[in-house]
Amino acid sequence: MSILPALANALRADWRERTSAESRLLPQGKLSGPMPWVIAIMIGLTVVATASGLALRNTARAARADVAGGVTVQIVHGAPRERDRQAQAALAILKAAPGVAEVRLVPQKELDALVEPWLGTSAGDDVNALPVPALIDVRLSGNADAARVKALGDAVRRKAPAARIDAQASWLAPVFEAVHALQWLAGGLIALLAFATVATVLLASRNALGNHRSTIEIVHMLGGTDTQIARIFQRSMAVDAAAGGIGGLLLGVIVTGLLGRQFAALGSGMMAAGGLGWSDWIAICCIPLGGVLLAVLTARFTVLSALRRML
Amino acid sequence: MSQPDDAEIVHFDNVGLRYGTGKEVLTDVSFTLYSGRFYFLTGASGAGKTSMLKLLYLAQRPSRGLIRMFGTDAITLPRERLPGFRRRLGVVFQDFRLVPHLSAFDNVALPLRVAGVPERDIIKPVSDMLEWVGLGDRSNARPATLSGGEQQRVAIARAVIGRPDMLVADEPTGNVDPEMAVKLLRLFEALNRLGTTVVVATHDVHLIQKVPESMIMRLDKGRLSDPTGALRYPPRRAAVPPKPDVLGA
Repeated sequence: MSILPALANALRADWRERTSAESRLLPQGKLSGPMPWVIAIMIGLTVVATASGLALRNTARAARADVAGGVTVQIVHGAPRERDRQAQAALAILKAAPGVAEVRLVPQKELDALVEPWLGTSAGDDVNALPVPALIDVRLSGNADAARVKALGDAVRRKAPAARIDAQASWLAPVFEAVHALQWLAGGLIALLAFATVATVLLASRNALGNHRSTIEIVHMLGGTDTQIARIFQRSMAVDAAAGGIGGLLLGVIVTGLLGRQFAALGSGMMAAGGLGWSDWIAICCIPLGGVLLAVLTARFTVLSALRRML
Repeated sequence: MSQPDDAEIVHFDNVGLRYGTGKEVLTDVSFTLYSGRFYFLTGASGAGKTSMLKLLYLAQRPSRGLIRMFGTDAITLPRERLPGFRRRLGVVFQDFRLVPHLSAFDNVALPLRVAGVPERDIIKPVSDMLEWVGLGDRSNARPATLSGGEQQRVAIARAVIGRPDMLVADEPTGNVDPEMAVKLLRLFEALNRLGTTVVVATHDVHLIQKVPESMIMRLDKGRLSDPTGALRYPPRRAAVPPKPDVLGA
C-alpha cells in the first residue's frame, strides 16, 4: 500500500523538477503585465453576461410553467343576467370536459379589484353598471396547445355563445420572444468575449515569441522541442489567466449581486422567479476555468504554429 | 586515447546553398567526416565557413545536394526528429549566443536541462566545467557582466557539457588570450579522445598547428579543397606530424 504514495511523491517531485527547470529557459512574467487585467475584465463581463442569460432563462421557465396549462374563458355579454347564465353553463361544460384539472369562476369582488385601477372607486361609481366580462380561470393537465383550446372553445360555445377562450401563454408570447432574444444576446456577448480573449492571448503570445525569439532559437539549437517551449508559454499564460480569472470572477459576482438586488427590489413576481440556483452558480464559477483553458490552448496553438515555421 | 573508428558521421554529397535568390555561397561541396577525428575548417572571411557549419549543426537546409548525418538523411529528416539529432551536437557559435537572462551556470546547464537531466545530476558537472574554463567564481554572473573572452568560455562549456557526438565550433578561440586558447583546445582534444568528432572553423594557423593529428578542410569562395586528404577515404594521416612539446603535454 505504501508503494502508491511513494510513486505519487516521486512523480510529483519529477514534475516539479521538470517544470522548475523548464521555467528557467525563458524569463517568466511576474503578473506585472496587462494580461491578467485584460483577462479579469473579460472574465468579469462574461460572468455578468452568463448570470444575466441564466436569470432570463429561469424567468422564462418559471413564467412558462405558470401559464403553460392556463386557459381564460371570458363571457362577453352586455346583459348581466344572460352573462351569468352563460358563465354557469360554461362552468358546467368545463368541469365535465376531459383534461381539465381545475376550473374557477373568478368572483365579482376579484373582478372589481382587477378593473379598479382603471375605472376608479370614488363615491358614486357603479362598476356593476359596466359590462365587465365574466371570467373563468381554467387549468389544463398538460400544455394548452391550439388544438385543445379550439376543442374546448367549440364545446363551451354550444351552450355559451358569448364565450371567448384564450390560452394564457399566447398573451405572454411577445414577452417570451423578448426574453429569448435577450438570451441570444447574452450568448452572443459570451461568444464575442471568448473571441476577444483568444485574440488578446494570440497577440500576447506572438509578442512574447518576438521578444524571446533569440532565446527560443538557442533552445532549439540545443535540442529543445516545440512542446518544451510551448509548455513554458502555456505555464506563463495559465498563471496570468488564473490570476485574471479569479479577479474577474469576484468582479462579476459583485456586479451580478448588485444587479440582483436592484431587480429584487422591483417586487415583481416574474423577476423573483429569475433568481440563480446553485447549479447556475457552479456554472458561473467554472467560467474562470474555461478562461484559463481557452488562454492556455490559444497560447499553445500560437506558439506551436510559430515554432513550426522555424527549422 | 580512443582510436578513430572510421565510421562515417557526416556525409555531404554535391551540396549547394544559397540564401533567398542570391548567388550560391556553397557550391558542389562533397565530403565525409569520420567519427572520433579532429577537423579544422579554414578559409578567408566570406569563404562560406559559417554557412557550412550551419548545415552541420542543422540550422539550415541546403538548396541542393544530399546530407547524411549519423547514418540518416538529414534533408528529409522530419522536424520532430531534429531535436534528437541536435542533442548529439555541441555548437560554439561565433557570437556566443548566450541566454542573456541566465547566469553562466544556467547557460552551461541549459543543454542538460533541455535533455531532461535531473537537477541533482547537473550541479556537479556544470560547476566542474565552469571551474575548468576558469569561471568557477563567475558562475552566478549574467552574460552582460562577462568579458568577451569569458562569454566565449561559457559558450564552449555549454557546447561540451553534454559530451556530444560531434562538436562544431565557429572561431572558438577568437576572443581569448593565447594561454586560454591552448587550454580550450586541450578541452576539445580531451573530448575528441573520448570519441567526439570535432570540427573547428578558424583562420588561426597557429591553432591548427597545435593539433597535429587534425585534418584540414579549406573553403575558397564556397568551394572545398582538401590539403591534408581529410576528405579522402580512407582519410590520409595528418600532414603535420605530432609535436608533443608544442602541445605542452
